[in-house]
Amino acid sequence: MPKLTMVQAINLGLDQEMQRDDRVIVLGEDVGRDGGVFRVTEGLLAKYGETRVIDTPLAESAILGASIGMALAGLRPVAEMQFCGFSYLMLPQLEGHASRFRARSQGQLTCPLVVRVPYGGGVRALEHHSEARETLYAHLPGVKVVVPSAPRNARALIVAAVRDPDPVVFLEPKRSYRAFREEVPEEEEVMPIGCAIVVRPGTDLTAISWGAMMRPTLQAVEELQKQRKASIELIDLLSLAPLDVETIGASVAKTGRCVVVQESPRSFGPAAELIAVINDRALLQLEAPVKRVTGYDVVTPYFGREHQYIASPARIRRALEETLDF
Amino acid sequence: MPRKEIETFAVSWLQVLDETGTADPELDPKLPQETLLELQRAMVRARESDARMLRLQRQGRIGTFGPCTGQEASVCGPALAMAPQDWFAGSFRELGGRQIRGEPLTNTFLFHNGFEEGNVQPAGVTRLLPVSIIVGAQTLHAVGAAYAMKYRGEKACVVTFLGDGATSEGDFHEALNFASVWQVPVVFIVQNNQWAISIPRRKQMHCRTIAQRAIAYDMPGLQVDGNDVLGMYVAAREALDRARGGGGPTLIEAVTYRLMMHTTADDPSKYRQDDEVQQWWDRDPLVRFRKYLEARGLWDAQRQALLEAEVKREIDQAVQEFEARRDFPPDAPFDHVFGTRHALIEEQRAQFLADLRLGEGGHA
Repeated sequence: MPKLTMVQAINLGLDQEMQRDDRVIVLGEDVGRDGGVFRVTEGLLAKYGETRVIDTPLAESAILGASIGMALAGLRPVAEMQFCGFSYLMLPQLEGHASRFRARSQGQLTCPLVVRVPYGGGVRALEHHSEARETLYAHLPGVKVVVPSAPRNARALIVAAVRDPDPVVFLEPKRSYRAFREEVPEEEEVMPIGCAIVVRPGTDLTAISWGAMMRPTLQAVEELQKQRKASIELIDLLSLAPLDVETIGASVAKTGRCVVVQESPRSFGPAAELIAVINDRALLQLEAPVKRVTGYDVVTPYFGREHQYIASPARIRRALEETLDF
Repeated sequence: MPRKEIETFAVSWLQVLDETGTADPELDPKLPQETLLELQRAMVRARESDARMLRLQRQGRIGTFGPCTGQEASVCGPALAMAPQDWFAGSFRELGGRQIRGEPLTNTFLFHNGFEEGNVQPAGVTRLLPVSIIVGAQTLHAVGAAYAMKYRGEKACVVTFLGDGATSEGDFHEALNFASVWQVPVVFIVQNNQWAISIPRRKQMHCRTIAQRAIAYDMPGLQVDGNDVLGMYVAAREALDRARGGGGPTLIEAVTYRLMMHTTADDPSKYRQDDEVQQWWDRDPLVRFRKYLEARGLWDAQRQALLEAEVKREIDQAVQEFEARRDFPPDAPFDHVFGTRHALIEEQRAQFLADLRLGEGGHA
């Protein structure tokens, strides 16, 4: 099995889907000749030509709006927003139309499309290039929000997203794009959307995260387990919408303790929702308050300070310890 | 190096029928009698439906809607020029066009009475997008659908309607630019009805015509008398023929007037004068076309009365059907969040149904 970065893995998934299905179209700013600013679509133009790999004018609302029209007319567009910080210009089309056509027409018209959005910090980039804003998307009914955390699941999930009958916002954690490699099988592999996975089982505490925060969370768990005897169950959400409430509820009901780790600002973030889900499903089994390790409610600082603001393994480990010791 | 003119542009105006109903013999498309009568029927049907909907709204039997009275020609002309395989991506003031594309009035009533069931079209009615309320957004869907038609080699076009207010939206400009860069088969029809709720055209834009916006995107554009149904038919047919032949997009500005309120929730007496409205009633597109038909011996008072009676019967029947509809499962919205079932949604459905029983005095 070849060892791929997340960039290469998503590229492989897109390539294979384009090979398999000529309804799949890739469009966005610089996705063709340049292969995308992160090179996720590299080589696709040469293979599939300009009608299927479209370098669009610079207009995010139009990229999604036109994708909606393509999807309504039977194509399977995969649009790229160059950075999360520019993706808000597509929000009116996402909230106003992509998310609604199915409900609006009671299933007669649908929008099977994917919007890929590189997101999150940690790559020393300019302003607007480092935000984690998953809540903006996860709050919209009718939109699925997927966040891979590693090359292999990124490939399996992009395939699922392309085949999904609904609009999928595919948030790609930039920090994980080239941070590490993983074996990714050549043959088809698909993971279901809307399902979290238990990365490692445990009995004393549930740690929940997604995307780029999975690595520091795992590191904190491993460090802690070297220090003391604690069995920690680690959950990778993979999808923020629809949220896999069953896996979360079952795990915390079993362990009685939980820490949620998110990169984005604290208030109204996914961690807050997870705590509410746990209240509904496992309150009486809780041995400690559910703790969240999050970003702060400040404007995302320029990259000179970002390493101080994104939760470190040390912060996560402290939260794990406090929750275990409560 | 002297300065020199490197490009010059012109904006053309098209009117086939003048205000007295007289056709320019050079421009008259000499449509077959059958098509002429179809245009007449479509416009009368739209006018009568609009009037009935206004009464239904005032009686509380349907909700808010945007009346189309005065703008029948600018929509019915292009809608009849379309081929069955073409797409219709409208805004919210194109009742006559939706009827031509096959939407039953029962659906229109259901939609305006707050049920998504109104957007579920019967078999055979396809490529008719639902009413789009976010101003200008549908123009981008039109461009995407047109791309799909070109990509698949279908000889189908997309016609999208918008108002003068929508031309200030970014989506409109992005749509024109994308359509132009991609050279896709789409026709943009701006119903310039002079008012965007209370904002008159002169406060909406400084440019003298909307048609000239086409120049910036290097696509054909023209201004048409929007109250002249033959002019609108001819302009749309030319644009559709060009698009079908690979000639790309066109922008048509239909100069018309919103004779009624923006929607039934609006009171235009707050911002415009009756004498202005009266001037436009004097240019009623239905009166003009009727004169044209009468001059050709195709129409008279008796035929008019027969048509109006027939249309009213159709409307009566639709009202009855609509008001007899009871099949609105309260939990239908849970069926259509996603195309796949998910525990989160199903749990909330169960909760909703229990809450509903509670609200109805039952037990959860």
